[in-house]
Amino acid sequence: MPKVTVDGQEIEVPAGATVLQACELAGKEIPRFCYHERLSIAGNCRMCLVEVKPGPPKPQASCALPATEGQEIRTDSEMVKKAREGVMEFLLINHPLDCPICDQGGECDLQDQSVAYGRGASRYHEHKRAVTEKYMGPLIKTTMTRCIHCTRCVRFSEEIAGVDEIGALYRGEDMQITTYLEQAAKHELSANVIDLCPVGALTSGPYAYEARPWELKKTLSIDVSDAVGSNIRIDSRGREVLRALPRNNDDVNEEWISDKARYQVEGLTRRRLDRVFIRKGGKLAEASWDEAFKAIAAAKPGASIAAVAGDLLDCETMFAAKALLKASSSTLLESRQGGMDYDCSNLAAVNFNSTFAGIEEADAILIIGSNVRMEAPLVNVRLRKAAKKGAKVFILGPQWDPTYPAEFLGEDLAVLSNLPQAVADALKGAQRPAVILGGAGFARGAHAAAVKIAHDFGMVKDGWNGFNALHMAAARMGAVMLGFVSKGGLSDLVEAKPKVLLALGADEVDFSRFPDSLKVYIGHHGDKGAHSADIVLPAAAYTEKPGTYVNTEGRVQRADKAVFAPGDAREDWTVLRALADALGVSVGFNSFHELRAAMVAEVPALGNEGELADYGALPKSVAGNAMPEGSISAYPISDFYLTNPIARASAVMQRCSEELTHGATFAEAAE
Amino acid sequence: MTLADKDRIFTNVYGFQPWTLSAAQKRGDWDNTKKLMEVGQDAIIEEIKASGLRGRGGAGFPTGMKWSFMPKESRDGRPSFLVINADESEPGSCKDREIIRHDPHKLIEGALIAGFAMRARAAYIYIRGEYIREAETLFAAVQEAYDAGFLGKNAAGSGYDFDVYVHRGAGAYICGEETAMIESLEGKKGQPRLKPPFPAGAGLYGCPTTVNNVESIAVVPTILRRGASWFASFGRDNNKGTKLFQISGHVNKPCVVEEAMSITFEELIEKHCGGIRGGWDNLLAVIPGGSSVPLVPGEQIRNAFMDFDGLRELGSGLGTAGVIVMDKSTDVVRAISRLSYFYKHESCGQCTPCREGTGWMWRMMTRLETGDATVDEIDMLQQVTKQVEGHTICALGDAAAWPIQGLIKHFRPELERRINERAAAMREAAE
Repeated sequence: MPKVTVDGQEIEVPAGATVLQACELAGKEIPRFCYHERLSIAGNCRMCLVEVKPGPPKPQASCALPATEGQEIRTDSEMVKKAREGVMEFLLINHPLDCPICDQGGECDLQDQSVAYGRGASRYHEHKRAVTEKYMGPLIKTTMTRCIHCTRCVRFSEEIAGVDEIGALYRGEDMQITTYLEQAAKHELSANVIDLCPVGALTSGPYAYEARPWELKKTLSIDVSDAVGSNIRIDSRGREVLRALPRNNDDVNEEWISDKARYQVEGLTRRRLDRVFIRKGGKLAEASWDEAFKAIAAAKPGASIAAVAGDLLDCETMFAAKALLKASSSTLLESRQGGMDYDCSNLAAVNFNSTFAGIEEADAILIIGSNVRMEAPLVNVRLRKAAKKGAKVFILGPQWDPTYPAEFLGEDLAVLSNLPQAVADALKGAQRPAVILGGAGFARGAHAAAVKIAHDFGMVKDGWNGFNALHMAAARMGAVMLGFVSKGGLSDLVEAKPKVLLALGADEVDFSRFPDSLKVYIGHHGDKGAHSADIVLPAAAYTEKPGTYVNTEGRVQRADKAVFAPGDAREDWTVLRALADALGVSVGFNSFHELRAAMVAEVPALGNEGELADYGALPKSVAGNAMPEGSISAYPISDFYLTNPIARASAVMQRCSEELTHGATFAEAAE
Repeated sequence: MTLADKDRIFTNVYGFQPWTLSAAQKRGDWDNTKKLMEVGQDAIIEEIKASGLRGRGGAGFPTGMKWSFMPKESRDGRPSFLVINADESEPGSCKDREIIRHDPHKLIEGALIAGFAMRARAAYIYIRGEYIREAETLFAAVQEAYDAGFLGKNAAGSGYDFDVYVHRGAGAYICGEETAMIESLEGKKGQPRLKPPFPAGAGLYGCPTTVNNVESIAVVPTILRRGASWFASFGRDNNKGTKLFQISGHVNKPCVVEEAMSITFEELIEKHCGGIRGGWDNLLAVIPGGSSVPLVPGEQIRNAFMDFDGLRELGSGLGTAGVIVMDKSTDVVRAISRLSYFYKHESCGQCTPCREGTGWMWRMMTRLETGDATVDEIDMLQQVTKQVEGHTICALGDAAAWPIQGLIKHFRPELERRINERAAAMREAAE
């Protein structure tokens, strides 16, 4: 632990810290552009210059200089002030003075730092450099004249995303940042470079000229586009959500989010269910809440009522539905819309036990039936980190590009019963071996085999649990914790032939299996569920209601309500509460507060916000064939950008799907 | 003090004899190299230290000391490498080219001995892209050395395995910076790395690496053969040895010549270059060490010692000893402006002060050529050069700033004259 002096204040810094970190520990602000905690050190902006003794008689780049015993660091000397002014002047001479029309305005590092450290007026009278715009795809809007060449975007795509998409061309003042041959940035995390860009060179395409940051209401929320539970901030103005940005959470999403999490919010204003509909003569017709509830009551379901939960649901909605069914003496609950029936009797067997941060430490990983990049892009970032540290990765299933070295074991599930020698040796020799069971693995019945492998190869031991289930639905772990599953999956519900089927935002269900049921869709988008429904009750999307979500590692997180649902739409629990009255049963809560209290009383873990639920030890075995046969011929997600009703409604996601997934080309507007 | 022919290291610098191995052996190269190496690695480094050899690439860092930074043994299995900088791109410098095309075996033998001394696995010679014929010669010479058993397994019968690879650059000046050269060798964009870590700790492919200039390496075998004291008998203290001077510009006979260090400028010019064009009174200024060092007015340099310390006292430097002589027919502002353009063109663009500053300085210099500026702007230009100098990752920023600083220091009246004359002409035109 070296001791250094910062502006006369002596502090002890952790070994390996840089001078910049030492200054921050001492509470000194160091301006910077290229330095970023999660990226490698480039040291090229030269904004973080400080005076360090002993050392050469010139200012040093603090981001790249290791803090060593006895250093005297000055951040307030005349030399440092001059150096900062000089660098800031250089950065600004070729930066356009177009802040009034720049989307970065108000949240621009260059703006802020030039106010704090610049000289006030320009002495540069030559012509300014202009750089042509580069095409980087439908999400990233470029104004490359504003670029200050910090290379954060280059380092992000190389180091975090793992693809060589962005780089620098030419040299000197002609240097330009671009994608290779100006192709679209295709990586599913590509839009994070917008947040990383300290200036307005890379800005959000869909959000262009929408709002200024100071106009926006910021609401803390949780992303529902996958089961990672990324922490996001919803920026809204009036009744409209304008953008979603990542929040820092080192345990979950670090500070990235997937492009889908970022841009599906655009779909919140399209194809919305904002009125009640009842199917009359084969067509959905507008109706009133009263008519709808009467129609449901007229079906006299009694105990013959079932509920299917969709992928985006919060725990409160599912608990309210469960309470309604319980009051009606029904247990016909299911959340696995696709019909999967894996054993949910033990929660540890369906959980990502290593945790996202923990999987980085794994040194041998067997992935069964998961295209992690599509199913959970941010988990793939963690796996990439593990692989960079030397973890061996094996993948069972069709080929995909993991962005790190991995060995594919083919598609035949029989491999699980008799792992190739190299895989067995790697798992046996590993300190922290792990298995990841993905969507295709669950669907093809590899659950029991995965649990067996976890035990056979000693993946569960003191301080390490290497069994990981990787879900894709934000609602899945919450549903499992609330017991919103049936033993035989959706088939149990089909066999029961319920008189009324409540589809709670469930759009992936094959409703033709319920020909005789009165299908009531409670949800927010006019997607597959509403098309098949007899009665449509408009409800709230994830930004329009408070809610509890449990991610695939069992972390309980809460989102706040950012905006009101449009039109007649109501928060889901109020719809279910009103339905209880219509059916003449009592659910035992009259307010959201009471609902949440009742839910926490039943499942106490749901009350510990931000914490991992404790599911106990991994069971010795789970129901199912431990020696599965057949093959994994495809993964459940065929189109990353269109996996849920909100994303499917979004024009941005549709364009991403066409252009980035299916390779369609779009003519430039200028042509 | 002048160098006798018997004391010349580069005996074929003018190419009067063939460069080939057989001719080189007649000149004494590869003569019992094994014996030179038998004294042991530390003894070689000590001998080089004792000879007082300072790096010939421009910075003048003591070569023996540089070698001693290399690890004595590999603790983690990483090999060590020697990288030889033949990316001679400095305007005014042309010595490495003469060595490579006429005396390549001196370099290759030096590579083996230096590589052995620093326990390197191999040497990479990074040769400037524009040196096409020179690269052909070097490739052929290395092949000759391999064929004769001087390189490869049991190199020159010493029992030491050593390889030499020749790598051609693509013509970027910045790749002459040692860490940019390492990046370029690794196949990346030639941009200097941050230091620390220094190459001796983590250089080429993350392994301990020493980067030396061609001349520094090529003189090593001769120093070992003739002894450190022989080499140290030339030049003043701290500036020992012989040096290839490259005199270009307004002298009667521009040439590359090996001379003892600390020769005076006047003697160097009179003896080897046939004097200044138009006589000493016609001498305007001299850039004594390649384009990166500040110029020195003619009257100050005439009796100066041509060595590291002598020129530093004049506010300039020896650099690569690429002496650019300018007589009074020179438009000195235009000359420095052209150099500014060179640095603007060759800046890698990685770090801010150099990327933005070199362009700014060049644009101001073009205006100063015609006097299209105000007198205040001279001070502003001086400030801008100070904002670049010392604020960059590598020394290219300094190199771009110094020529302009030298110009302002010594020729400010000329700059002001142009500004005032133009202003007067503009006033007349407006009336």
